[in-house]
Amino acid sequence: MNQLVFATITMVLGVAGCAAYFLFSNWILDTILPSKEGDGERAIRNLRLANTIRPWLFLAPALLALGVYLFYPVLSSLRLSFFGRSGEEFVGVSNYAWMLADGEFHESMLNNMLWLVVVPAAATFFGLVIAAMTDRVWWGNIAKSLIFMPMAISFIGAAVIWKFIYDYREEGTEQIGLLNALVTFFGGEPQAWITLPFYNNFFLMVILVWIQTGFAMVILSAALRGIPEETIEAAVIDGANGLQIFFKIMIPQIWGTIAVVWTTITILVLKVFDIVLAMTNGQWNTQVLANLMFDWMFRGGGDFGRGATIAIVIMVLVIPIMVWNIRRANAEMEGR
Amino acid sequence: MAAAASAKSPLTWAVHAGVLFLVVIWTLPTFGLFVSSLRDKDQLAVSGWWTALTASEQRKIGRSGAPDTQIEEDGKYVLQGNVLEGAGGTITKFGVRSQQPAAFDVGETAEMPRGEMMTVEPDGDYRLVSDEPWTGSRGKRIFYTVTAPPRFTLENYSNVLRANGLGQSFINSLTVTIPSTVIPILIAAFAAYALAWMKFPGRALLIAAVVGLLVVPLQMSLIPLLRLYNEAGLILGVPAKTYVGIWLAHTGFGLPLAIYLLRNYIAGLPREIMESAKVDGASDFDIFLKIVLPLSFPALASFAIFQFLWVWNDLLVAMVFLGNGDDQLVLTGRLRELLGSRGGNWEILTASAFISIIVPLIVFFGLQRYLVRGLLAGSVKGG
Repeated sequence: MNQLVFATITMVLGVAGCAAYFLFSNWILDTILPSKEGDGERAIRNLRLANTIRPWLFLAPALLALGVYLFYPVLSSLRLSFFGRSGEEFVGVSNYAWMLADGEFHESMLNNMLWLVVVPAAATFFGLVIAAMTDRVWWGNIAKSLIFMPMAISFIGAAVIWKFIYDYREEGTEQIGLLNALVTFFGGEPQAWITLPFYNNFFLMVILVWIQTGFAMVILSAALRGIPEETIEAAVIDGANGLQIFFKIMIPQIWGTIAVVWTTITILVLKVFDIVLAMTNGQWNTQVLANLMFDWMFRGGGDFGRGATIAIVIMVLVIPIMVWNIRRANAEMEGR
Repeated sequence: MAAAASAKSPLTWAVHAGVLFLVVIWTLPTFGLFVSSLRDKDQLAVSGWWTALTASEQRKIGRSGAPDTQIEEDGKYVLQGNVLEGAGGTITKFGVRSQQPAAFDVGETAEMPRGEMMTVEPDGDYRLVSDEPWTGSRGKRIFYTVTAPPRFTLENYSNVLRANGLGQSFINSLTVTIPSTVIPILIAAFAAYALAWMKFPGRALLIAAVVGLLVVPLQMSLIPLLRLYNEAGLILGVPAKTYVGIWLAHTGFGLPLAIYLLRNYIAGLPREIMESAKVDGASDFDIFLKIVLPLSFPALASFAIFQFLWVWNDLLVAMVFLGNGDDQLVLTGRLRELLGSRGGNWEILTASAFISIIVPLIVFFGLQRYLVRGLLAGSVKGG
């Protein structure tokens, strides 16, 4: 309980400190460069100067935090990827050479590609289908809310939930995992699903799809509702059936949103870590980049050079989407 | 759409059925976890949660009373009592050897290895009869198969909260989450206002940078920050893993989204309000505090919910920037530890998992409106 008091006090102090900084710095600026009184020309000059400085006062704390926690680390990781275990001695490109030859890295790369294809596609597909279907039933909002719910659950919580579903008991004993119970009910043999190489990847992906479908559904549902009624009415008059309307009229109008959903989930997939760590920790050929990176960060006391090198690979995979996002944001601002 | 919904064509029914099917699939996993966490741990271990309402059959081992409770009847020595000891249920089979725990039907008389006789009744009453006095300090083992009625209990929860440290971890999670959610808000709001309504060179570049930083993988930050924290800890003479450290880290990682969401929202506020305030002589600072901040409440709420869920559910940052001790292990970290050490004890895992997801679920269902609004503002714009 002491801890919570401590946390609350820090929170109040932190917020008060921020507020004090903004108030105080603003007050200093107004005192040094008075623009309300005095002779006109000086006041105008002061006002102009103050208006040049003030944005930076507003931005300073945010820029400092972004610089320390995101910008500096990117450069530092890049540098560290050319250094050895402890980050002290320069080793050239040998981390990269090691990585390209490392079997575990190949496995992670391959698995990541599999994740990248399956998860965004499945989540977007289910999201779209559910969004289109729930719009047609009166209890659609309740349905959406329930399908959206896994978004609130942590990856690790979801891992426990699904590990329970995949639970395996020897053949002949009663299965308490839902999947094996179904399999045995229909006469199949129970399997230890998460230890079946290759297929186990898909059993892990199911978890992320389960979580992310709600996200895709919410956004695509809003996009579907934003489609102008006239386009659909015109298609109905022209005699199009439901499926034709959906695929030829509605989908083409929300391509942009589908792309946004797809890329957002793609970014998430590249960083997928908790699920693999909790379910298999990379055993049975399920390793992925983020977990491999974490592993090297602490393996045998930690190898910062190799860890940073793997982080760089994740970053490089993200960059195309980053560039696309920035261009999209710029285009949007110019349109304003 | 309304016309389609009211017409009860076969297609409409198919849509209803389809949605229902999908809803069931999506909720069943969580529901199963919840039901399991409330079940008696012995029943949970032998039968699926979907059978929770039916009686379950379990094999158990009990002991007769110790030899010093024996009574003499007609020259024979008798141990008797009830093997169920108050737990309900009906015994169907019993045995005297561990290799054949269900060798006899209830009511039969079994011969024990040394020639003694044992009978067990369905209600659990047993009677062990011997020609010689019973010796030793412990009672004899009785193997039995019992059909127990369904039993629901909160024992699992009270167990994990006390014995497995979930209670302390809950407090740790709150300690991490609350400041990490509140501190970024003010910082981001000021920056967002500057990026939305103030004119200065480099503004477009900064906005682009924020959009770029939105997707920078956390993995890039971990190693450099770990090194930085270790060095700072050495210089300042404090431990490298502190709550202050993780609050600042979450603040930094949350800022791009905060600034982006808030900037989009603030930039959409009507220009006339700002301009008329400026004409009245209000400074940027006044405008921000008195007009923009109150109007931005929905966006602030959206971000706060995102950040709360993200920090509460985070495992990676907590594993790197906090220790493994009881005083710092958060719920997600605890859950991961239990998955490793108590992997087969589903009564512990299900109850722990439910404790760790209950707060996000409450936030989710209580404030869903703001969450959806924030999602839409963050992604759909320009789509």
